[in-house]
Amino acid sequence: MRASLAAILFWISAAAIAADAGEVKVVHGRAYLERAGERLALRVGMPVREADRVVTGPDGTVGITFADNSLLSIGPNSDFAIERYVFDSTTHAGQFDSRLTQGTLAGVSGKIVKQSPEAMRVHTPSAIMGVRGTDFVVRVGDAKH
Amino acid sequence: MAVLAVAAFMALALLTANPGPPVETFVVLPSADGHTGAVVVQRGENRQLLNEPYATSRSTDSQVRHLSAFQVSHAYAPALRALPARPASFLLYFVTGTDELTDESRRQLEKVLAELRARPLPDVLVIGHTDTMGDALANDELSAQRAERVKGFLIGIGIPGERIRIAGRGERELLVPTADEVDEPRNRRVEINVR
Repeated sequence: MRASLAAILFWISAAAIAADAGEVKVVHGRAYLERAGERLALRVGMPVREADRVVTGPDGTVGITFADNSLLSIGPNSDFAIERYVFDSTTHAGQFDSRLTQGTLAGVSGKIVKQSPEAMRVHTPSAIMGVRGTDFVVRVGDAKH
Repeated sequence: MAVLAVAAFMALALLTANPGPPVETFVVLPSADGHTGAVVVQRGENRQLLNEPYATSRSTDSQVRHLSAFQVSHAYAPALRALPARPASFLLYFVTGTDELTDESRRQLEKVLAELRARPLPDVLVIGHTDTMGDALANDELSAQRAERVKGFLIGIGIPGERIRIAGRGERELLVPTADEVDEPRNRRVEINVR
C-alpha cells in the first residue's frame, strides 16, 4: 500500500517535471498506461509523454489530445506506444512517431503536420504511415473489412 | 494418452492463434470540415498514396481500395467514439473601453458556455485584445481585464481555474489592422481556445 502510494507520488512529481506530450481526455473500460516498467490504470486528466505505452482490454478505449492539437484514440484490445513527441509551440515544428502493434487507432492530425507534412508517423509491424493533414484510422490484425 | 491430447491441443492452439503476420489496414477519412487530406503508406519498397475519402491500403492487397463510410464507421466504431472533442476557438466582443460584453456577444456567450460545458476536461486559453484607441499600456491592462472577466464566466460554469490560462495582448494583435487611435469593434475581443 505504502509502496503504491509512493509510486503514485513519484509519478505525479515526475509528470510535472517531464514535458507532457498530451493529456488523456476519454477513457472507457479497462485501459492501462505503461511507463518505466509500471502499469497504471488510465484516468481522464493523466498526462502522457514520450515512451509511454497504452494497452486496452476487450472493452477499453482511450482518447488523447496532444500539445499540437493532434487527436488520437485507441480502440479495444490494442497496444499503442508514443515513441517520439517533439513540438515547439512557437514555430509549430515537431515530430510525432507512434507505434500500433495490435488493435485499432483513429486520429486527426494537428499543427505539427500543418507545419511539416509527414512529420506525424504511425508505425505498424510492417509499414509506416506518414500523415499529411487528415483524419485516418489504422488497424493491425483481425481485419473484417 | 493425456500427453498426446495435450500435444494435439497445443498444436491446434498454435495453428489457430498464429495464422501468419497480422493484416494491417490504413484508411483516410474525410475530416469534420469535409476536406480530405492524405496519408502515405510505406511498406518496404512499396509506397501508396491515399488521398481520396475512404481510400484504403491493406498489407494483403497490392492495390489501393475504397471502403464505404458505413464499413469504416462500423469496423472502427469504438476507436472513433473515443476521439476527444476537436479543439475549438470562439470570439467574444466588448463595449469600447470596458470589460463589458456587447449585447450580441452576451447572447453568444450562452452558446459558447454550453459548448465548453459539454467537454469532460476542458483545457482553456483565454486571450484578451483591444482596439488602438487610447494608450498602449492602458490597453495591455484592459485586454488582461477582459480575459479575466471571461475566465470568471468559465469558472462560473465549473471549469477549474487551474485549467484556464489567460493572457492580455493589448493592441499588439489586431484582428483588423488599423492605424493608431481607431475605434474598431472587431478588435475589442477575447479569444477562447479550448481543447
